[in-house]
Amino acid sequence: MEDESKLRAFEARIEAGEKIEPKDWMPERYRKQLIRMISQHAHSEIVGMLPEGNWITRAPSLRRKMGLLAKVQDEAGHGLYLYCSAETLGVDRSEVVDQLLYGTAKYSSIFNYPTLTWADIGTIGWLVDGAAIVNQTMLAKCSYGPYSRANIRICKEENFHKKQGYEIVATMAKGTPEQKRMVQDAVNRWWWPSLTMFGPPDKDSPNSAELMKWQVKLQSNDELRQRFVNLTVPQASVVGVALPDPDLKYNSKTGNWDFGALNWDEFFAVIKGNGPCNRQRMRARRIAHENGKWVRDAAGAYAAKKRAA
Amino acid sequence: MPQRKGQLKGSPMSKDQNHQGDSQWPIWEVFVQAKTGAPHEHAGSLHAPDAEIALQNARDVYSRRSEAVNIWVVESKNITATTPEDNPTFFEPAADKIYRHPQFYKIPRGVKNL
Ligand SMILES: [Fe+2]
Ligand SMILES: [Fe+2]
Repeated sequence: MEDESKLRAFEARIEAGEKIEPKDWMPERYRKQLIRMISQHAHSEIVGMLPEGNWITRAPSLRRKMGLLAKVQDEAGHGLYLYCSAETLGVDRSEVVDQLLYGTAKYSSIFNYPTLTWADIGTIGWLVDGAAIVNQTMLAKCSYGPYSRANIRICKEENFHKKQGYEIVATMAKGTPEQKRMVQDAVNRWWWPSLTMFGPPDKDSPNSAELMKWQVKLQSNDELRQRFVNLTVPQASVVGVALPDPDLKYNSKTGNWDFGALNWDEFFAVIKGNGPCNRQRMRARRIAHENGKWVRDAAGAYAAKKRAA
Repeated sequence: MPQRKGQLKGSPMSKDQNHQGDSQWPIWEVFVQAKTGAPHEHAGSLHAPDAEIALQNARDVYSRRSEAVNIWVVESKNITATTPEDNPTFFEPAADKIYRHPQFYKIPRGVKNL
């Protein structure tokens, strides 16, 4: 069969480390899986602006406000890089955006948790962006050219996100007893959801084998999660905040930090729409989209007027 | 903020009325020159109603940290590209012309700066 030999040639190219470009032949499953992954990734960047956007007007200083504003603006940019790479696979931008606004598109469940205090902003930059960096560093090497390039661009910007967050955490951890309490509370709340950002355990992740065979992913969920834990534990001890896991222990045999069991029931409940902020997030996105309509209309009308002139 | 009666702003029900007229602007490809003397390189794409707004959006999306000294935007539909299926016949003529490379030529031992 023709497709059979095309599939073999496709897999041989991937095996050889070549990148697949938009017009190259690819299995329908590869295209579908990528569209699903890239659009979910894009939605996560866009929805991810909301928990932090919540604190822009209440940042404790101008320096903090400028940093946070620039970070949130970057996340919008990340969403745009990713939507544009999804479009190279033949989906329509408005279709994908509508799936988020009015449909059932998924995005990272972490953004359905509330940002209760300023310490949450530091903790998100440190842990949530930290986890995202681990994931995106892998994706920067994925087999699909446009997605790989979008992630390279993203990774260049993420370091600033993580550092501004860590600086906030470090500052508060050296602060008044109340600031210390606040930052510890934020870390207690964000630690476990951050670990679930890598997705279900390998044994419950049905798509993983195929994604890894085609090098859309190069490491498994559990491998990435372990890498994140190993990187983060020493960072926590430098600033003197505790990670809320009594089972966290260095394993000298494996060289890894072993950690306790994750609450997957909560994870799936949040994905299904029952997290603390799911409805609030979707409502905020729709309102933002609707409130931007007059700007899009005006730009379109102005362009049409110039064309007519 | 004015609220329409019976239709909550931001509710899924308001899809249709907000959806029409809000469909796709054309896609533009963005090429960015990182510094003077460097070639323009493809950065990505974006949607815009015209070239002027495409340039402004390109600056905001692809050059937030002085990544560009010059930007080109071109509507995607105006780009003509080779297709992977044509590759064998299209590029093959160059493959057997090794005499276009300096390694093809033998020179006497000892000669310098040739
Ligand atoms: Fe991001
Ligand atoms: Fe980020």
